[in-house]
Amino acid sequence: MSYLEIDRLTVRLKGGGTLLRAVSLQVAAGEVRGLVGESGAGKSMIGKAVLGILPRAAEVVSGRIVLDGVDLLTLPPAERRRRVGASCALIPQDPLTALNPSRRIGPQITDRLVDILRWNRGRAEGRARELLAEVHIPDPDRVMRCYPHELSGGMRQRILIASAFAAEPKLIVADEPTTALDVTVQKQILKLIKEMQLRHGTALLFVSHDLGVVSKVCQSLTVLYAGMVLEDAGIGDFFRAPRHPYSAALLAATPKYTDPTAGLIPVPEAVLAAVRAEVAAADRRAGHV
Amino acid sequence: MLDGRGAVRRRAGVRLWLSALWLGLLVGAALLAPWIAPKDPLAQDLFLGRLPPFWMAGHEPGYHLGTDSLGRDVLSRILHGARIALVVAVVAGSVTCLLGAALGLMAGYLRGWVDVVISRFIDIWMAFPPVLFSILLIAVIGPGLGSIILAIVIIDWTRFARVVRAEAMAQGAMDYVASARVAGRGRIGIMLREILPNVMPTIVVLLTLEMGIAVIVEAILSFVNLSISTDDPTWGGMIAEGRTSVHQAWWVLVFPLVTLFLTVLSFSQLGEGLKDRFDPVLR
Repeated sequence: MSYLEIDRLTVRLKGGGTLLRAVSLQVAAGEVRGLVGESGAGKSMIGKAVLGILPRAAEVVSGRIVLDGVDLLTLPPAERRRRVGASCALIPQDPLTALNPSRRIGPQITDRLVDILRWNRGRAEGRARELLAEVHIPDPDRVMRCYPHELSGGMRQRILIASAFAAEPKLIVADEPTTALDVTVQKQILKLIKEMQLRHGTALLFVSHDLGVVSKVCQSLTVLYAGMVLEDAGIGDFFRAPRHPYSAALLAATPKYTDPTAGLIPVPEAVLAAVRAEVAAADRRAGHV
Repeated sequence: MLDGRGAVRRRAGVRLWLSALWLGLLVGAALLAPWIAPKDPLAQDLFLGRLPPFWMAGHEPGYHLGTDSLGRDVLSRILHGARIALVVAVVAGSVTCLLGAALGLMAGYLRGWVDVVISRFIDIWMAFPPVLFSILLIAVIGPGLGSIILAIVIIDWTRFARVVRAEAMAQGAMDYVASARVAGRGRIGIMLREILPNVMPTIVVLLTLEMGIAVIVEAILSFVNLSISTDDPTWGGMIAEGRTSVHQAWWVLVFPLVTLFLTVLSFSQLGEGLKDRFDPVLR
């Protein structure tokens, strides 16, 4: 049985405009699922809807988000927060704004252990030190006393990974965790996320626009366009033979480092037009234009 | 330290210490006024009216900064005036800060209808001309120390609310707030533990500025005779009295004016200095 099941989830802006169109997808316990699509395809929105941090202007219109057998959308807000807090975590995109600049690192990690697992500070600090060592941070004691601005972007992302795994969540949403980092650091961070995921057996919802990254980290992936699921496949099948023409075009557009003369290949206009027509048809079927 | 940060901090350090020194002297004067003031600030002696300060011809021993037209000692009145000025600065400043910052934080983080109500309130409030508004207010509730403090709080809370709201809004959009929400932290917890510490440097600067402004407002109200009873020595009252005899006895006007000026300046410089200390990035 899948740990997270999203069933026909539709999210709209309060002022009109649809962000997610009847999205369905499943994540099994311990599975790493990639969410791919271009900017504005709604991939981050799915993660935010699961975690209950949708922007104020957006609202869930219909659908279910079933986490561990319970539909989150039917729960009262406090109960939902408690449930999500105990079993989910977020690895945010930008490590520069994801740590509170006026608090030291130590308390920001131990907060989760104290809030969620109800540990005392002393025990939580011991665990935080272990976690920092686990993400290969040298001298954890010194880092715990630092303020975020004293650390590099890569270090901060390591700390965010440590604190996401701190309370042993069952599901982590990683929202483009390497986009804000430079390329050399990206590789290390990806390796680290994969390593931590395997060790802790956590399910991962991995939001990315980079198929190359997804192929390295994920077991399955969901391709989105304009808030609609176009394809849902295992990673091997997808890279061997993508079923949807848009997926195939996306795959062809991925830069190949083996052939630097190839240049950039855009998604062909014809494919885009076909996908847009498909979205419009789905909207008509659903009864809202 | 050789980097730019160190230079900024050293400069800020000198200002911080000079203004702290002046304010320290003032606090000392306020606390010890009854013992260190050479004369009774209320005692009149018409034979000793308009005596010049000690370095000018015709001064009397014991009246270091001269006397006003009723023969009251200027230095003693300035020292006693420091008491009223500081009470107004500290009490009115802090209460204004608490009220305005709390409302601003709520509006900026909670948004929604809370923000709409508080923001409209601020807009309406700021449309009133402040000095006229306070004069009207005092005329209705009657003069006195409590009325002045109340007037300052009622007029100036918007200063804090507006700025803190904008800062809280910016901080609320940061990823660390999203992470705290995912971790199940409630709204009040996020406001107090995540957002407030990041807005604190701004609040401190505003608070010290507000203390300076409170002293000025008190002086303005004294100037139009709406402050404490006219007998009590206040800097504003002294300036108002000194104005009428500025050609014959400039010192009655100038000494309290300089004191007022230095005090307001010190408050604002103290704020700038403290901000650097509070800000972890500059620390």
